[in-house]
Amino acid sequence: MNKIESSEEVLLYPGSSYWGDVWLQFKKHKGALIGAILFFSIVIAVMMGPFLWPFEANAIDIRSRNQGPSFLHPFGTDQLGRDTFARMIAGGRTSITVGLAAMFLALFLGTLVGIFAGYFKKLDGLLMRFTDLFLSLPLLPLLLLMMFLFREPLSVAYGPEKGMFILIVVSIGITSWMPTARIVRGDVLALKQREFVIAARSIGTSDQKIIVRHIFPNILSPILVSATLGIANAIITESALSFLGLGFPPDFPTWGRLLNDAVDYLQLHPERVMWPGLAISLTVLSINFLGDGLRDALDPRIRGR
Amino acid sequence: MFDYTVRRLLIAVPTLVIISLVIFLVLSLAPNDPMAQVPMTVPPEVKEKMREALGLGQPLYVQFWKWLVQFFWIEPQVFIDHYFGTQFAEGKLRVISWQTRAPVMDTVVERLPQTLWVVAMSYVVAIAISIPIGIYSAYKQYSVFDQAGTFITMVGYSIPPFFTGPLVIVIFAVNLEWFPSTYDTLHKVVDWDSFVIQLRQMALPVMVLAIQGTAQISRYMRSAILDNLNQDYVRTARAKGLSESIVILVHVLRNSMIPVITVIALNLPLIFGGAIITEQVFKVNGIGQQLILAIYANDLPTIQTLTFIFAFLIVGMNLIADVLYAILDPRIRYE
Repeated sequence: MNKIESSEEVLLYPGSSYWGDVWLQFKKHKGALIGAILFFSIVIAVMMGPFLWPFEANAIDIRSRNQGPSFLHPFGTDQLGRDTFARMIAGGRTSITVGLAAMFLALFLGTLVGIFAGYFKKLDGLLMRFTDLFLSLPLLPLLLLMMFLFREPLSVAYGPEKGMFILIVVSIGITSWMPTARIVRGDVLALKQREFVIAARSIGTSDQKIIVRHIFPNILSPILVSATLGIANAIITESALSFLGLGFPPDFPTWGRLLNDAVDYLQLHPERVMWPGLAISLTVLSINFLGDGLRDALDPRIRGR
Repeated sequence: MFDYTVRRLLIAVPTLVIISLVIFLVLSLAPNDPMAQVPMTVPPEVKEKMREALGLGQPLYVQFWKWLVQFFWIEPQVFIDHYFGTQFAEGKLRVISWQTRAPVMDTVVERLPQTLWVVAMSYVVAIAISIPIGIYSAYKQYSVFDQAGTFITMVGYSIPPFFTGPLVIVIFAVNLEWFPSTYDTLHKVVDWDSFVIQLRQMALPVMVLAIQGTAQISRYMRSAILDNLNQDYVRTARAKGLSESIVILVHVLRNSMIPVITVIALNLPLIFGGAIITEQVFKVNGIGQQLILAIYANDLPTIQTLTFIFAFLIVGMNLIADVLYAILDPRIRYE
């Protein structure tokens, strides 16, 4: 009897809701907590920065060019006298926005394909062959190709910045949905055999309702984990494209573009490489730690250990 | 086993054809004009003739079929001619680059060794470093070494090659002056001294690519060993009185290598992707750099061929991974 009472006490600890448990487990992972704080600080900094920082990202002040770090310009200035800190904020804004948008697109496509493949047996073979095909495409060469080929028409149609934004987000989105689709399919296949889904079907619930009401809430956690990996992947891909000179136009700063510009001055001003490089690495590192912690926290087998 | 391999091969061939079709369609749907670089003074009827000479006026399926024949039928013949002195490909039309007006494959064959050397060396280095790290951090789980290793691999995983590249140039080439910052492809290895120079100029690109590989492989190694350490056969081996080193390095390691070998084979295409960037940073004239140059020069046949070669490498590696997995783990074959 005593034992049962104590186990009831255990159940009554604060936060015994699902998300409360997840949060308790997440807090235990110090790296994940630091990663989450760091990532949200970076996001807030780049979103609020332009309103608080006195310099414009593209304001040329040729008289104060090539300065080292100073009180006025904490990260120094570039060859045209533009404030590097302001450019970093503007670059981060673009990079993180691209990362988030591309992640949402990839997640949407991946979830859609995964649910359809997992739930409808007829579509499974076809969709999974399709996924395998995409997985064996050489992604970076293909992305470079898409950037080069569709840059002009989209720039003409939507303006150079908006057109490039759409192009980059769409091309990263349609080349990175495959891991999500595979994970979601696996989970949906397992869920379909569970009693509550069978029960729902036996009382005549339509497929659409089963998917939205019963399947989708249960696959949220793997989707959430692939979301974090998706942001990291999208930021790195966008930076790689900009670094190779096939991303945004030169006067439109992103972290990869700034890194590319800084490489030209590597011998004279090696410190300029550091700022954008550190920004990309820190963002991706914090997201990866966040994802790691999230994966542990959302896995019921690990939680409470 | 033979059946399984043949089945896998039969799946790989249509995959490759579809991939080449996808690449071809992306290129041909692209609304840009290969004649854009031709001066305005050239009269339109001459331009039309030039287009026809490039084979642009024909329907899409004819263009695609031509490329397929040139790449899969004529190029291998050229290859055989070169090595056996036969005359199969005499006078047949090869895939010609618009940029250099020379056969694309000739340039690829010139440039491929540089890429392969750098990629292969970096992979060997990565495997040699990551396997002991993975074993030790799994064996001493949650020790200081494991925690530090996890953190360092996470950092190595998160820092992209286009940052580590400039970073190692700043540290090792500009400040310490240990290694050259660019790769001199004209350098020939004839004696010991020139071999040392070759090693030194390879050090930085290999280092950058190896950092990426090490981070990924050691993570997988660690979790594979952890999965195996709690298995019954490990307890049996220990109960038999086998020494700890034999238990870990023979029994556990062999079983843990199964997933890791797959990861090693599957990650190779990623390393090739990284090689495109690394070649750009260190000015290595490999096929990655050739691709970038071809993209800038609007050289469609070269782009098509190179992208397909990358696809071929990926599909080939997938195939090798599948077959290796089946050899190592007999349970897979009977699926």
